[in-house]
Amino acid sequence: MRIGRKVRLLTGVVLALALAAGCGGARVETGTSPAPPSTDDTVKIAVNPWVGYEASAAVITYLLEKKLGYTVEKKELAEQVSWEGFEKGDIDIIVENWGHEDLKKTFIQEKKVAVEAGSTGNKGVIGWYVPQWMADEYPGITDYRNLNKYAALFKTSESGDKGQLLFGDPSYVSNEDALIKNLKLNLKVVVAGSEAALIESATQAQRQRKPLLFYFWKPHWLFNRIDLARVGLPPHTDGCDADPKKVACDYAELDLDKIVSRRFADTGGKAYELVKNFSWTNEAQNAVADDITNNGMSAQDAARKWVEANESVWSAWMPH
Amino acid sequence: MSSRFSRSSASLCFSGAPATVRTTRPTGPRTAPSTASRAVRRARPLTAWLTGMALTVAVYLLFRGSATLPHNDDAAPFRLIGDVRDWMDANRNESPVFLFLVNYVRLLVGGLYDALHLTLLILGWAGTISLAGALGWLAGSWRGAVTTLAGFGAFGVLGVWRESADTLALVLAAVLLSLLVGLPLGVWAGRSVRLRRLLAPLLDAMQIMPTFAYLAPMVLFFQIGPASATVATMVYSIPPAIRITALAVERVSPAAVEASTALGATRWQTLRKVHLPMARATIALAVGQTFMMALSMVVIAALIAAPGLGSDIVAGLSRANVGLMLPAGMAIVVMAVVLDRMTAAAATREPAARDASSTRLGIATATTLLICGLAAARFLPAEFPENWVLHFAGPVNEVVDWAKFSWYGVTEATRNIATETVLNPVQNVLTTAPWWLVTGVVLVAAWRSGGLGPAVTAVCCLLTTALLGVWQHTMETLTTVLAGVVPALAAGLVLGVAAARSPRFSAVQRPLLDAAQTMPPFVYLLPALALFGASRFTAVFASVVYAVPPVVRLVEDGIGGVSPAAVEAARACGSTERQVLWKVRLPMARGAILLAANQGIVMTLAMVVVGGLVGGGGLGYDVVSGFSRRADFGMGFAAGVATVLVGITLDRITRGADERPSRKVPRKFPGKRRRGSHEDRT
Repeated sequence: MRIGRKVRLLTGVVLALALAAGCGGARVETGTSPAPPSTDDTVKIAVNPWVGYEASAAVITYLLEKKLGYTVEKKELAEQVSWEGFEKGDIDIIVENWGHEDLKKTFIQEKKVAVEAGSTGNKGVIGWYVPQWMADEYPGITDYRNLNKYAALFKTSESGDKGQLLFGDPSYVSNEDALIKNLKLNLKVVVAGSEAALIESATQAQRQRKPLLFYFWKPHWLFNRIDLARVGLPPHTDGCDADPKKVACDYAELDLDKIVSRRFADTGGKAYELVKNFSWTNEAQNAVADDITNNGMSAQDAARKWVEANESVWSAWMPH
Repeated sequence: MSSRFSRSSASLCFSGAPATVRTTRPTGPRTAPSTASRAVRRARPLTAWLTGMALTVAVYLLFRGSATLPHNDDAAPFRLIGDVRDWMDANRNESPVFLFLVNYVRLLVGGLYDALHLTLLILGWAGTISLAGALGWLAGSWRGAVTTLAGFGAFGVLGVWRESADTLALVLAAVLLSLLVGLPLGVWAGRSVRLRRLLAPLLDAMQIMPTFAYLAPMVLFFQIGPASATVATMVYSIPPAIRITALAVERVSPAAVEASTALGATRWQTLRKVHLPMARATIALAVGQTFMMALSMVVIAALIAAPGLGSDIVAGLSRANVGLMLPAGMAIVVMAVVLDRMTAAAATREPAARDASSTRLGIATATTLLICGLAAARFLPAEFPENWVLHFAGPVNEVVDWAKFSWYGVTEATRNIATETVLNPVQNVLTTAPWWLVTGVVLVAAWRSGGLGPAVTAVCCLLTTALLGVWQHTMETLTTVLAGVVPALAAGLVLGVAAARSPRFSAVQRPLLDAAQTMPPFVYLLPALALFGASRFTAVFASVVYAVPPVVRLVEDGIGGVSPAAVEAARACGSTERQVLWKVRLPMARGAILLAANQGIVMTLAMVVVGGLVGGGGLGYDVVSGFSRRADFGMGFAAGVATVLVGITLDRITRGADERPSRKVPRKFPGKRRRGSHEDRT
């Protein structure tokens, strides 16, 4: 009997919940149906794990929310995982895409669920770096052909008897394993796990003059704080990185671009216009990223500061 | 070692006593060998062991570097799995499996999440808090109400109300679905031996499978978002629901069932009126466990765009910002504690004490509470008031920075020394040893501890990892597990013994253990990462901290369960306290200690894999990278399967000779069970 009463109570609660949900259910969308009707005022932005991306996303978010009255949902996701969100409407915008020709082929050309939305204006390039003091002290260290000679310098407890090449987040674009193999380098990739870990190691390497060879990229504010020297790999030529297993050349300089879901491009209205028009310089991104990382500002505050100081830049992005 | 002590000395004084006591333990009877043969057995294994060791070392030195299976990122199994993935990806919108099953599941699950989420949104923060308070009152009167009110209030004060509501909706959706599937299946399994046998290996695998390994297939089937995250969480949290329910139904006294049948009840009536009521308390425990599992998964599900608290933790990890993730981490722990207490309170309430009038009173109070809350919600702002929020990200980051800076020398040295003296040498040995030698050692170890059956299983599992192309990384993972297990067991043993001997120590320690065991594994990474940066040592450190609590609990329970008569007898024989501990208590708790070792190993393995996120290397990293890079999907999937196989191998080696049916208990089960049985007695 007691159980019976409990069950009845529970059924009642569940029913009430279901009713409550049913009344407003038509309004919700989290992309559960194959083609969800986007409520026109919510925009879903993927936030990939590096601060430059976060800076661009923060400025776009700020303008969407404060100037155009949209609601923005930000989702912390790895680069390649973000693309999976286009199909069912879980992601509307990838703000800063680094190449990814294979993903473009799959999602833009084959599945037709995403479209390109133009350059961000940022020029991005990945490379291997050492602190400048190492370049001064060890002649020729910035040439990959001499790396084996200096490999012992980079040894750590994690890399065993090889030199350590410190890598970032596991999800980042990477040719490191192939490069080491194909250029016959006596190095081992050690994964630091995040951008923050890379920055910390680089800072320690500078302060305490500890040797370090690491994966890094431009645009980045760190170049304004620490002098870094890029290690020259065999120069990039068109198509030299077509087969990921056979890469033996440096990274290309990329025109970073925005990718949006097809649905957002069709129905996004003013928000889509703004995203399409968004384009700024590496310096601008670095300034916002620096504020977020080093000046104790939240992404929103850093974006507000930039927006207030640069009206002439962003007013050109605004939809008419 | 300790068991051999006991058989000789303790039984010389009061011969036979340990054997009688042992038979009463649930871990299974053992026939005590005669004193003479005991002495022989004591000498023989030692020499045999030493000879075996020497032989292994000799063989290793002879064949070092040969027959190793180095890792290849482009191994055939990886490519095969990748091809399957591509095919599925391409056929997602054509295949009937997707059109008529998977897509509908997604729709349904997403709908449930949306409904719950919307309900919480409509209720607003004040309404939700009061609803929680009302439910808390119903479950555990004023105590329950205070716990839930304080807990839910804490979400707001921590400044993560909105995220907590998202997470709560997701957890509720996942748990509802888990129970909907798990409870009937559990009841069925409790009554059918065949189904139980069928399910056991599947559930084993699901529980050993690292949480990450669920994510990549989820993305493949359901892509990302709340629906996908709910399914992942549900799949992860189903095993305890099935397992504990089955156990509860199975344990219902056969006499009662027989009586019911004899009185002419149908099967259905027996189920409803005998099985379910009698198994009620344990089934409530199953619900609690399901909540705990769901909470630990929901954080990791942030990696596939689950909304809520997990997102903050992931963001904090990638920015090494402890201040950002701390409020979210604390909110998760609070949520776990509240949900745990609520289900526990609902389970342990004495049914007899609930007469009609007090029930009515309870419902009336709860309703009043709810109505007050809803009324208050009309006057309160829709968002949790900003000036009630406690901001501590800044100070926390300052403390972390200070600790990092001033302890840098110590932490760095600790990490390097541990890595150089333990991790690297062990890893070096395991990766340069021929595969057949490692397999041989595993075969012998499993055979000695468990007999032929477990040995064959262990070896098969181990060799399958080689077939999957991840042998070398399996060895690397094994290294970190070994490095984590030894300190975890040592610490667990010391603390467990201390707690068993001093009730006061135990009383202080127990709430800490409770809290530690309700924390999802992800949270353990935070302090480890803050102190040691990203490295294998960080993963080992986190896994030690993660594995200690269950070990302590099992050891304490085991030693506390030793028959007082045996202890008295030993004292009467003139044994000192130390002798009593070493020669009576520890040996007689052998079963419990073995179980603790077994649990410790499984937990360490689970954590080491999560450690892939913070530089853990080995299989864990493969899983992480397979999830985040499409090209590595095959490798990640193979590594996920391999982790399960490693888990089974280790389980079979440490299982011991006892015939223990599926004693892969969920995290808190042993402690709870004891608590429950106390109450039964009183």
